[in-house]
Amino acid sequence: MFLKKKDLTKKLKNFTINFGPQHPAAHGVLRLILELEGETVKKADAHIGLLHRGTEKLIEYKTYMQALPYFDRLDYVSMMAQEHTYSLAVEKLADIHVPERAQVIRVLFLEITRILNHLLAVGCHAMDVGAMTPFLWAFEEREKLMEFYERVSGARMHAAYIRPGGVALDIPIGLLDDIYIFAKQFITRLDEMEEMLTTNRIWKERLVDIGVVSANTAVEYGFSGVMLRGSGIPWDLRKQYSYEIYDKINFLIPVGINGDCYDRYLVRVEEMRQSVKIINQVINIIKDGPIKTQNTKLSPPSRLEMKTSMESLIHHFKYYTEGFSVPAGETYTCTEAPKGEFGVYLISNNTARPYRCKIKAPGFAHLQGLNVMCQNHLIADVVTIIGTQDIVFGEIDR
Amino acid sequence: MQLTLDSLYKTAPFLISQKFNKTELCLILTVSNLLFSLTFIKKHIGYQFNLLSCISGVDLLKSKYRFLISYELLSILFNNKLRLKIFIDEFNAIPSITSLFTNASWWEREIWDMYGTFFEHNIDLRRILTDYGFEGYPLRKDFPLSGFYELLFNLNIKKVESVPVFFAQDYRSFNSESSW
Repeated sequence: MFLKKKDLTKKLKNFTINFGPQHPAAHGVLRLILELEGETVKKADAHIGLLHRGTEKLIEYKTYMQALPYFDRLDYVSMMAQEHTYSLAVEKLADIHVPERAQVIRVLFLEITRILNHLLAVGCHAMDVGAMTPFLWAFEEREKLMEFYERVSGARMHAAYIRPGGVALDIPIGLLDDIYIFAKQFITRLDEMEEMLTTNRIWKERLVDIGVVSANTAVEYGFSGVMLRGSGIPWDLRKQYSYEIYDKINFLIPVGINGDCYDRYLVRVEEMRQSVKIINQVINIIKDGPIKTQNTKLSPPSRLEMKTSMESLIHHFKYYTEGFSVPAGETYTCTEAPKGEFGVYLISNNTARPYRCKIKAPGFAHLQGLNVMCQNHLIADVVTIIGTQDIVFGEIDR
Repeated sequence: MQLTLDSLYKTAPFLISQKFNKTELCLILTVSNLLFSLTFIKKHIGYQFNLLSCISGVDLLKSKYRFLISYELLSILFNNKLRLKIFIDEFNAIPSITSLFTNASWWEREIWDMYGTFFEHNIDLRRILTDYGFEGYPLRKDFPLSGFYELLFNLNIKKVESVPVFFAQDYRSFNSESSW
């Protein structure tokens, strides 16, 4: 008896497994169908929509004001950034001019939001990879930032603070002092976190050369934000299409070289440092003044006026019941949300409700690129790549 | 490079050009011209609109062409933005642009899911956001806000079951046409 050559080689079929929808590393409800050859991923097919709430449909049935809180709930770790995009879109259509103090407050909280988001991104990414400590440190800092949210709007997360025409309330006395104290110590916290991760051998082994995205691929897949900058394209909407007061502020855009997960981690950390820089500048230039447009048809009058003047009472009532009508038009407004380009395609038709509000979520484009990023990586690297994409299902499923 | 309508007309023959909010340039194309124009606008050395930000659909109920599909393009090199629009009715297919922009696939899937407009030559045109086995196109204006079915946990059979939605009162839309 002798073995034939064809008996010695055996062809194996690829193995298909189901990753999620309930997986601690899936950052929510991601269902991935992974086609594996041994432990190598050959194809990753993402099934999304498990958190679909029909936000776009709901917005069509709400007034412009009522639609605002839906934006907090999209990407629920960078709340104000999305309110801001929506407010900008409405302001563009209704031709509202925002007073300077409101713009400065907006920028201040946008940067707080950016830190809030990146802390979660880096912290959870580290935890997915196996480092528990930075996650706990990051959440300690997040807690402080959410306290700032609470002091300014009354809500820790879903603030509904940035509204068309300005911001909802003026900042309370003493808040800027506390933000300054926070910013001063936060750099040290970042240093500590970097000490733990940046040169850590395990962290580098898990991240360096994993999920490499070339500049061409990043553009081809419509990436934005850190995913684009990590691949070496210095593209930041705060610089390219400056909005609010970003053109008066001095900050740098960190850019990656290799386009791997490690570079994107470094970019995120550096962005947090730049955000602290912006916060410090903003605290210095903030001036007294109105915090929302004085046109009471488009923003509510103050409580005091409302109690004493009949005209204001009517405005107040009309504003909160009927809303305001926006002249027919359309706009695609996008801003640099912490995750990337967050866009709102808003169509108005002379009524108090938007005719159509399309939400362009950065994560949607990133998740689409998961398949190419995972190609020929080990199954454990899928978790790293989901972490580096900073996926949040609120915005992807809408 | 500055975008001028004259030179754009040569690469992307448009029907109408619009400008919104003083900065947003928008071209309306015919469906047959779409792929041709996109190819040139993407590859032309003077434009290089090689990043597709998003594709959105709009339902214009009661108009001759029911759906509006709008493509947001970005040229990283020249710092330009451009929006292309096409109008289509329910019965015709839209040429898929996945051969030009790889990331168009999911956006097209989303529009197919939400509006039921068919994209020709998209090889992966599955529903994306709605549930497995979902019927209907939710973002169409004639689709009710509450939908047709809801999922409930039935204690008797200890299972989640899908039952038709029932409301004692119809959805009321207060639309006062005031000039406020």
